[in-house]
Amino acid sequence: MQRNEQSKRFAKLSQRDINKEVFVDELPELGLIVMNSPTDPSPSIKIQDGKIVEMDGRDTADFDAIDRFIAQYAIDVERAADAMELESVEIARMLVDIHVPQRRVMDIFAGLTPAMIAEVMGHLNVVEMMMAMQKMRQRKKPADQAHVTNWKENPTLLAADAAEAGLRGFAEEETTVRVARMAPFSALALLIGSQVGRPGVMTQISCEESLNLRLAMKGLATYAETLSVYGTIPSFLDGDDTPWSKGILASAYASRGIKSRFTSGSGSEALMGYGFGWSMLYLEIRCILMVKGAGSQGVQNGSISCIALPESLPNGVRGVLAENLVAAALGLEVAAGNDAMSSHSQMRKTAKLMLQMLPGTDFITSGHSVMPRKDNLFGGGNFDAEDMDDWLVIQRDMQVDGGLRPVREEDVLSIRRKGALAIQAVFHEMGFPEISDEEVEAAVTAFSSDDMPDRNSVEDLAAADAFLESDRTALDVVKALAKNGFDDVAESVLEMQRQRVLADYLHTAAVFDEKFNVLSAVNTPNDYEGPGTGYRVEGNRWEEICALPQALDPKSLVEAETGDERLLLEPVGPAVKGEGDEVVVAVGAAYGTVMNRTLADLSHADVLKAILDGIAAEGARARIVKVWHGADVANIGLSGAKLSGSGIGIGLQSKGTALIHKKGLPPLNNLELLSMAPNLTLESYRSLGRNAACYATGRSPHPVPMKIDNMARLRLIVHTMLLHHREVRQIDPDRGIEELEVTFQ
Amino acid sequence: MNDASKRNSYQFPLGKHHRSEITTKSGRPLEELGIEQVSSGQVDSDDVSVSAETLELQAAFARESGYAEVAANLTRAAEMTRIPNSEILEIYEALRPGRSTYYELLSVSQRVASMYSAQHTAAYIREAADAYRDTGMLKVDEK
Repeated sequence: MQRNEQSKRFAKLSQRDINKEVFVDELPELGLIVMNSPTDPSPSIKIQDGKIVEMDGRDTADFDAIDRFIAQYAIDVERAADAMELESVEIARMLVDIHVPQRRVMDIFAGLTPAMIAEVMGHLNVVEMMMAMQKMRQRKKPADQAHVTNWKENPTLLAADAAEAGLRGFAEEETTVRVARMAPFSALALLIGSQVGRPGVMTQISCEESLNLRLAMKGLATYAETLSVYGTIPSFLDGDDTPWSKGILASAYASRGIKSRFTSGSGSEALMGYGFGWSMLYLEIRCILMVKGAGSQGVQNGSISCIALPESLPNGVRGVLAENLVAAALGLEVAAGNDAMSSHSQMRKTAKLMLQMLPGTDFITSGHSVMPRKDNLFGGGNFDAEDMDDWLVIQRDMQVDGGLRPVREEDVLSIRRKGALAIQAVFHEMGFPEISDEEVEAAVTAFSSDDMPDRNSVEDLAAADAFLESDRTALDVVKALAKNGFDDVAESVLEMQRQRVLADYLHTAAVFDEKFNVLSAVNTPNDYEGPGTGYRVEGNRWEEICALPQALDPKSLVEAETGDERLLLEPVGPAVKGEGDEVVVAVGAAYGTVMNRTLADLSHADVLKAILDGIAAEGARARIVKVWHGADVANIGLSGAKLSGSGIGIGLQSKGTALIHKKGLPPLNNLELLSMAPNLTLESYRSLGRNAACYATGRSPHPVPMKIDNMARLRLIVHTMLLHHREVRQIDPDRGIEELEVTFQ
Repeated sequence: MNDASKRNSYQFPLGKHHRSEITTKSGRPLEELGIEQVSSGQVDSDDVSVSAETLELQAAFARESGYAEVAANLTRAAEMTRIPNSEILEIYEALRPGRSTYYELLSVSQRVASMYSAQHTAAYIREAADAYRDTGMLKVDEK
């Protein structure tokens, strides 16, 4: 009979963040399957007269519009016959083989059908996919993209946040709107703020497609990311587009000198009800091939806002990495997702992030909020303002480039002020509703839009409408900036306009450095070919990553310390063996003379006095010696014990670690150890003295109670190491062990 | 110098190697676009627009670097520099699902070919028309 038992551990586990998630089993007919659906097509190709007439088991007559688009524009017919002859596992091995260069793999992928690509991915585990991503990423140097929005849609806060994002190293910044009519002002604030933060940061606004294009044509945005594609036609039609209409938009953006990338991601078709029983990865591969066929330089994928759906299924995170990898292998810039909230669990979020952050993608996230989550109008970000330092530490831990740089508070405040003042000046000059000095001040130090005064939104919206309808453009912004003394910002905003004329940044994976040098797959291609090649985190960039403002100078932790003025330790000659009920207290070589406090911040005088008081309280005598030949606490203690008439000694290191030892025991087998030096109190040392006296006089002591703090080692290990190092440096074997005369002052 | 050899003399990126030779869509040298000219109102939006010639150069760079589809897109883009903003939005609208009949799409195609010498763009719209006809994405009443 089953008993009605409940585990308290299971009860606790059920409350953990990870168990707030929904997990489901696969159900292919509803599209709930990430890779290898039983109804996924098998790879095949037939070519007649230079045209694909059969692809993945369907012939031309059965092609849907997506098959047709892919066959016509995305597959290189001249490469297809040879590429499709290869075994899929052979192609999978080429992806991870450092002896097969990136270009060779791209040439093969150019001839593969969607089902063949899906089959290749099926052979790779996540580590292999990461190795492949490291090679197939298009731009040599990885980067990251920022999301910059706020709930109140306050332009001053937006400009300040955009400036901070630039300073923090983001290569691109994206904003969006809650109220669509605010779009012209939000785009303007982002443009100005970004150029204050770092010249050359590219900006975009995510809004309705034709409004987006109009804003870009005004010079208020330099790229677009809104071109969504779907892997089945009914999903496409729900999005009110076709592969061809999206394709013409890509050309339209380019014709105005505006970079664009498409958007797709695993799970969108299933979510919209039109997955057709195909795996999410197969559908996504169709999307990526459409993106390629349309001639876009890149894609933001990685499931994006659908991420929770693949993550509810087996293999979900692996499948999402596979879609990133497919895009890279097809020669597309990849903004790799990690933008929408992917889990309640911090551990799970980080684990997933590592799949893109460690190999590096063109953009590790498709948006990392520079503001707190409540201000994220993209529906709440996966990583936000509060995660910045974690990101920076991970870069330093692993010597990886996550695209960000450490910043100092004073620099952030100053760049935010400049951003806020610049937008204030432009609003004033262009006759928009005034930005008050109070707003500027609030934006400089704000945590969130709660810290911002409210604006008259009716006036703002009317002015934004008028700005959109007017013939005023980014050139008027340049004028306003220059007139108000923001010459450098005016120059950057103008250079962004000149770059539209040059059009260099329309190429695959293009971003600008701070001098407007374009970095793209064309002029800085990823040339990874194994250890020692490709992009390495080194030189100035590595120094920058290392230089966390909160990193301490190790010398500053110990250098100033001197002996304890309240403790006079007078050497009176070599220590000798004693007699009777005595305890020998043996201190470390630095004790009281070149150091004065323990890790618990107790003075050496107080600690020694507490021990001596404890010994005296139990009626034993005490002698004090200094051990010069070693710094290990067992060595110190045992040295004392060997000299002690009772055979009992106390060893006391300068950092405060102490023990009771007994003559004849092996060094590491002591009687009692106070190892948690940071948690010790004077009462602990007094008890240790009493216990040692009890041993010396043949009575049974009670072990000293210890406060356990598991975090103490984490917090103090550097201090421990440095203090111990000082003790070790005092070692002088020639001096052996000296008897000390003690005076407390 | 013919087009191909002229192209061969260019090096990517243009902003680094050929800044002084690049002109805007309106024909002005890029180097004339300074803060002073902007502030005195001597620059308008055609002066910060990319020219068809520059986009053709960029298409050649893409092709030579192995990005054939990007090159095709930039070639269409070069043609579309000649199409005004409002008409671009109309072409996009016409290509959205269920917006146009087959013959309406063909007429858009013919117009961009004849009025703007946009041969590649015209071909692309014609291919869309065929695909929409074959897969049921034309305006419903005239399928």
